[in-house]
Amino acid sequence: MRKAIVLVLALLALATVPYWIGNGYYVNIASQILIWAILALGLNVLVGHAGLVSLGHAGLFGVAAYAAAWLVAGGWGHLPAALVALAMIIATSAVFAVLALRATGIGFLMITLALGQILWGVAYRWIGLTGGDNGINVPSRPAPFGISLTFSTPFYYFTLAVFLLAVVAMAVFVRSPFGASLKGTRDQPRRMTALGYNVWLIRFLAFLFSGFWSGVAGLLFCYYNQFVSPNVLALGSSAEALLMVISGGSGTLLGPIAGAALVVVMKNVASAYIERWNFLLGAIFVAIVIFMPEGLVPGTVRLWRWAWSGLRGGRAAALLRAGDGTVR
Amino acid sequence: MAWTVDRRKFLWGTALATALPWAPALAQSQPVRIGLLTVKTGPLAQGGIQMEQGITVFLKQKNNTLAGRKVELISADTGGNPAGAKTKAQELIERDHVDFIVGPLAAFELLAITDYIQQAKVPMLSLAAADDMTQRKPNAYFVRASATSSQCCHPLGDYAAKEMKLKRVATINEDFAFGYEQVGGFQRVFEDEGGRIVKKLWTPIATPDYTPYLAQISDVDGVWNGFAGSNPIKFNQQYAELGLKSKYPVIGGWTAYDDALLKSFGDDAVGAISAAWYSSDLDTPSNKRFVADMVREYGNIPGGYAAGCYINGMCIEAALGKTGGKTDDKAKLIEALRAVSLTDTPRGAFHFDHLGNVVGNVFIRRLERKGGKLVNTIVKTYPNVSQFWTYDEKQYLAQPVYSRDYPPLKS
Amino acid sequence: MSLWLLLAVNSVTLGGLLFLLSAGFSLIFGLMRIPNLTHGSFFMLGAYLGTSFLALGLNLWLAALASAAAMAMIGGGIERLLLRRLAGQELAQVLVTLGLSFMIADLCLMEWGGDPISVDTPAGLRGAVPILSIVFPTYRLVIVIIAVVVAAALWVMLDRTRLGAMIRAGVDDAPMARITGIRVSRLFTIVFCLGAALAGFAGVMGGPILSVYPGLDADMLPLALIVVILGGTGSLPGALLGSFIIGFLYNFGQALFPELAYIILFLPMLLILVVRPQGLFGRHAP
Repeated sequence: MRKAIVLVLALLALATVPYWIGNGYYVNIASQILIWAILALGLNVLVGHAGLVSLGHAGLFGVAAYAAAWLVAGGWGHLPAALVALAMIIATSAVFAVLALRATGIGFLMITLALGQILWGVAYRWIGLTGGDNGINVPSRPAPFGISLTFSTPFYYFTLAVFLLAVVAMAVFVRSPFGASLKGTRDQPRRMTALGYNVWLIRFLAFLFSGFWSGVAGLLFCYYNQFVSPNVLALGSSAEALLMVISGGSGTLLGPIAGAALVVVMKNVASAYIERWNFLLGAIFVAIVIFMPEGLVPGTVRLWRWAWSGLRGGRAAALLRAGDGTVR
Repeated sequence: MAWTVDRRKFLWGTALATALPWAPALAQSQPVRIGLLTVKTGPLAQGGIQMEQGITVFLKQKNNTLAGRKVELISADTGGNPAGAKTKAQELIERDHVDFIVGPLAAFELLAITDYIQQAKVPMLSLAAADDMTQRKPNAYFVRASATSSQCCHPLGDYAAKEMKLKRVATINEDFAFGYEQVGGFQRVFEDEGGRIVKKLWTPIATPDYTPYLAQISDVDGVWNGFAGSNPIKFNQQYAELGLKSKYPVIGGWTAYDDALLKSFGDDAVGAISAAWYSSDLDTPSNKRFVADMVREYGNIPGGYAAGCYINGMCIEAALGKTGGKTDDKAKLIEALRAVSLTDTPRGAFHFDHLGNVVGNVFIRRLERKGGKLVNTIVKTYPNVSQFWTYDEKQYLAQPVYSRDYPPLKS
Repeated sequence: MSLWLLLAVNSVTLGGLLFLLSAGFSLIFGLMRIPNLTHGSFFMLGAYLGTSFLALGLNLWLAALASAAAMAMIGGGIERLLLRRLAGQELAQVLVTLGLSFMIADLCLMEWGGDPISVDTPAGLRGAVPILSIVFPTYRLVIVIIAVVVAAALWVMLDRTRLGAMIRAGVDDAPMARITGIRVSRLFTIVFCLGAALAGFAGVMGGPILSVYPGLDADMLPLALIVVILGGTGSLPGALLGSFIIGFLYNFGQALFPELAYIILFLPMLLILVVRPQGLFGRHAP
């Protein structure tokens, strides 16, 4: 019951953002948070649920953005361009997965890093296709059902709709038998194999699911900025997405969203007031590791419970529980 | 930053102004707001910090008053990437309601926001050099008082062929648009004057060791380079180390031998010939004042990034003078800006062409050691250099923009 | 032909520099299993500190040693205060090392400004040495000698001393080493200090070739990662060989396939990892 109330309040808050946030500039920031949150949620499928740390997801994000930008700039309609972009993202994810799943752990990380860097190199150097570092300008935003997304508020609602879809998809995924078996491959891969599960296939499908949502975020990014350049698939973007997932709390639903909000707000809003925002962002990451090594969201939940039970006199019990910290 | 507005105060001010019924009257007495899109973090910060210094020095000299109106500078850090530039441009325009935008620094930042600026109708004065911004894809709200990528390279091609009497030149440059346009401009004029480009080498932006490229240079009269950022230091060090400096003289673009880099160079760079639209060596009253103030305030000999923003400040002052300090009619404002024609500036006299690009001096300099200090000494001045050099504008624009393969190497 | 000779000699010297860069990373990763993403920042911070020591009048060698000592202290502090509590938590390690690299990058920008700083080659080592048909910069050859000396010293330390035996025991099986009475946690601190010191030392030694500038960290970190992962994690000979292989790939790749310059290191790494996920010389899958 309490959960339902919180959920309704959260939805209400999200739905009314353009009314209480005031300036269109902040509505745009909210849209950006949602876009990055979708990427982080997608990445979280691998990092949090499959235990596979990818440093190449900006590559997937970028492929979708480039495909849509290239097609729209070439005169295609937005809908067919988006469909082709999504098909491409599935195909690219499949290639990524086949190569990267040769390894786990640091090997997986390095292969995804190499793939991301290769895509970046291609975007930079295959000028005939990508325009090189001059990038591709996208002449217009899409107009689904005839509604123009040119202005900040309609674009926000469009992004919010996609975001909610992603959240629901993630929630369903985690609760599904497939989500459970994916976690099995993370914690006990050998036992899963012994039980007759095809560990590779489970990871492969998880990669596709993860890549798909990263691609969706890439599409939104392309519509939002109406500009794509190699910068979107640089290593820095991949690292940023990973930092969002981990700082918010990997393996949780809210964690990646909180992480995305943290990074976007620091980069775009706090940077207007604090000249050394980059230092501060790094310091926040370090502080998170010191005080909430499990991430912002699970850490806050733990502290909240601790404080709550302290009020009720059960602090000792909560402290004992604090160690495991996995709120999934 | 004493000259940056306290944002919070500023926001309250704006909120009050819009909330109160007498807002229009109040708006008249509001200060002119200049938004600076710059880079203060990450690898591009070097140029970005100098940009802020340049315009800050200008506003300080003017006591923060231009054409009788108070001026506020709001500076925004894009982080040096296109998406950041877009967000920060939105911040300056939609939240802070700036009247002018100075910046951004890099071409890819500029290209990411050009459509948006055109829609928002806010006059923008940028240092970013992308040729097509004032050529094949012009923006009606844009002026550029610095130069296109190729603008200084045209006269350098002329100088290399006619005065240095070079015949065969190899080029080496970063593998990106700014490099292509620089090399293209140099190649076109140099070859039209009878010279010949025999090899074009393109290096990735982050290249720890240039040796694999430098090893391929042989049988030439000179080597062109147009590196930017911190790469010129690394390049000249390695070029000298491999013994090439004594064999082939080096010529280069303005970013490669910018005056602000002089304190970082060692003797490796001495003797380099470069073409630049600004030289701290120039003897004009306003340049003397500018250089003196830069040295006093920041201990820095200014280069193009600081000078460009200082000159942008002068353009804004001149434009405001024409509109009587009014900024509400943006069409009139950009019209006034493009009509600006100044005689005493740190780069000498200049005006804008009908596409918003500068027509002004280009200096050929030689890097020398004088009294223990490195200086770029002006050896020749090309006055009134247009972005089209001496070519016919129509014919020039009918050709494709300079690229990796255009003009092609003659075989 | 002299072009190929020049490329070959330069491959070896670049390999030497790469080994100096990545030896510390390899050591830390081998023992502690920490992918230290601050390594590029250690290299850059060490280089910056070196320029300050040089400005105080020290010569390059003393500046490099002073910078190594300073980096050892900084590294030790980071290990004691932060990494200590994160054993086995890979994600938290990634977060904290990347967070630190953000902080160090901004700190360097604050302290040393954005302008690049050139580092003079020591007076006696300027100029070039003739090798067959070419002349080659002396300082670069000295780098190779230093790299070999460092490699030998590390090998002696790991293979011939008590400390080395304990470290090897720790690499092979940390819990078992602990049972036999080895204070693994102190070993960790020592190794991390050593790794950071090597990075700082390399940063100063690289100065006359690379100069020092903001962004040096991000340029160097991928190189260290490639060398260590390609060579096989936790294997010092692997890192040494990996360095020279990358040196050759880089030189000949850039010269022969300029079109592929942007991916010339990542493509081979990808192929090798796909075929041999444990790297060329790794014993088992990482």
